[in-house]
Amino acid sequence: MTAVAVKSVPVANPDRPRTPSIWLRIWRNYFLRRVVRALIMIWVVTSAIFFLVRLMPGNPVDTYTNKLIAEQGLSYEQARAQAATLFQFDSSKPLILQYVDYLNNLLHGDMGSSIVSSGTTVASKVAAHLPWTMFSVGISMVIAIGLGLVLGMLMAYRRGGIVDHAVSVIGSLLHAIPNYLLAMLIVVVGGVKLKWFDFAQMRGSVTPGVQPGFNINFIQDIFYHAALPILTYVLTTAGTWALVMKSSTTQVLGEDYVTVARARGLSGGRIAGTYVGRNAVLPLVAQIATQAGFVVGGAIFVEQTFAYDGIGIQLYKSINFRDYPIIQGILLMITIVVIFANLLADFIYSFLDPRIRTDERTED
Amino acid sequence: MGINVADATLEPAKGEEPHVSEEVVKAKGVGPIRGFFRELARSTSGLIGFIIVVLLVAMTIFAPLLRGNLKPTTDYWAPFSAAHPLGTSGQGIDTLAMVVNGGKTVLLVGFGAAALTVLIAVVIGSLAAYFRGWFDALMLQVADLFMTIPQIVLLAVMGSLFRFDSPFWLAVIVGALSWPVLMRSIRAQVLTLKEREFVEAARLLDLGTLRIVFVEIVPNMASFILINFIIAVTNAIYAMVGLYLLGLAPLAGVNWGIMVQDGWTNGAMFNPDALPYILAPVAMIVLLQLGLILLTRSLEEILNPRLRDR
Repeated sequence: MTAVAVKSVPVANPDRPRTPSIWLRIWRNYFLRRVVRALIMIWVVTSAIFFLVRLMPGNPVDTYTNKLIAEQGLSYEQARAQAATLFQFDSSKPLILQYVDYLNNLLHGDMGSSIVSSGTTVASKVAAHLPWTMFSVGISMVIAIGLGLVLGMLMAYRRGGIVDHAVSVIGSLLHAIPNYLLAMLIVVVGGVKLKWFDFAQMRGSVTPGVQPGFNINFIQDIFYHAALPILTYVLTTAGTWALVMKSSTTQVLGEDYVTVARARGLSGGRIAGTYVGRNAVLPLVAQIATQAGFVVGGAIFVEQTFAYDGIGIQLYKSINFRDYPIIQGILLMITIVVIFANLLADFIYSFLDPRIRTDERTED
Repeated sequence: MGINVADATLEPAKGEEPHVSEEVVKAKGVGPIRGFFRELARSTSGLIGFIIVVLLVAMTIFAPLLRGNLKPTTDYWAPFSAAHPLGTSGQGIDTLAMVVNGGKTVLLVGFGAAALTVLIAVVIGSLAAYFRGWFDALMLQVADLFMTIPQIVLLAVMGSLFRFDSPFWLAVIVGALSWPVLMRSIRAQVLTLKEREFVEAARLLDLGTLRIVFVEIVPNMASFILINFIIAVTNAIYAMVGLYLLGLAPLAGVNWGIMVQDGWTNGAMFNPDALPYILAPVAMIVLLQLGLILLTRSLEEILNPRLRDR
């Protein structure tokens, strides 16, 4: 139980295995590695964004400085200083110092301020809008995966049946429609033509005047406003999940251990849950990470269509106004969220399939 | 060794060993192209997809002959009529003519971007797998990095910084950002293919690295590359039309993306006469995507006999 045991080489004592220590070591190895990797990834992305914005032809600070000189008649120094505070960087400093400043500011949660609406910090903007996107995208992914799981297993168990064919056809069709076009169709058909819902009222993420809090009123209201985006995300992704689940379930159903479980006379429900389901769900979990990035990306389009006040629509607005500090901050935050989603998926994956934890080192 | 196109096909997501099937696609005696079509004709959905894509491409090629008049008139937002079966746009241009002519940019950018994606993925993926070592490690890290940043977000940001001023650059940026996923599966394929006897034979003959990789190994993945090319086309079209919608792509000329954007921002959906102006291009994009997806699904079945018995 000494600290040395943790640091020692894995093959140190093959004939004297000490269970807690080995368990600890594996745990540390896998989880620590993942966390460190995520942190490195965040650092790399942060740096990449730093250089992307700065090394661009006609960098935003110069553009903004020129604009200030032209529009407000400031002197070059004044304009430069003003631009530098806004962007949290001063392009007259050496690049390496700028980089250190930038990282230092970021570590203190300071991502600069908006150019367009002065006084708004990027951090407050992100904090106000990112939760809505995470809420709508998160809920839809849970619903879509749950739906896909059930439908996929049904399809695999009843291959060639009605469910199989119907879900395949509808799934392909919905998958073929880009989510923002589906969003438009929902608005045009459901909102304007058939008048199933009042689209104008459903805009925004919460009705003005409703107090946030853990009460039925507020929860009802946020779901009311998020209903259309959630519907869109679920419709466009559930079919894909079902197809992934179907093919992995089909594969698992052919495995020997399922036949053995049947021969042992276990109940169908138990086989489906513990033997088939748990193994078939693995490829699904592996895909959550890539899908999360995709859905969050698509959120820009969908939120814009529904006027849902998440981070996507803010990104769109800031792009329209060329509000570079906000663009930079949002890009950074979205990437960090996706990295954490990946990390979470990795943990769930390793929990469901412990082999991952131990095989990890030999794999690459 | 009977190396045919079907050999190299596998499901990329699993990352398992490619299923080296000695079962040759039934059509072998007929010749690859005709056999391919015979197989395609057997699957109804695949045939439908193929016909949709061919029709849309043909319509785009012959658009100027079919309905070439794109001149603005004073007849704004005209309703259905014999002269304008789908009404007219806010500039008085015949909507049907716009729909017929609007596919050119979408198809060109879609196919161009996909070609670039596949080219980068194949070159980097196969070389990384063949050489291993630092190049492989570096490329895997770069691919991971690209896969982490949500592509659409990055694309939107790049669009705001660079100001794409022609569809050509749009295709280049979309193509240059979407290679990592395909690169990883190509790499996985080459890793197993390079252990095969014919590669060893080529190496013993000292054919040269580039020739071994691109003449001996890569053609074995032809079908896999074809399927992924079509998938890349659908992804490129998704990204491109999205950028049009956000107004981040060049808004000049006539194409489906611009029509949807124009109709949406001008509130065409609230005007019954203008409804076709927004619904028709949406229908065209959906049809194109559907055709491509149906095509890939049945191509997968044809080229990977294992999937058929499922």
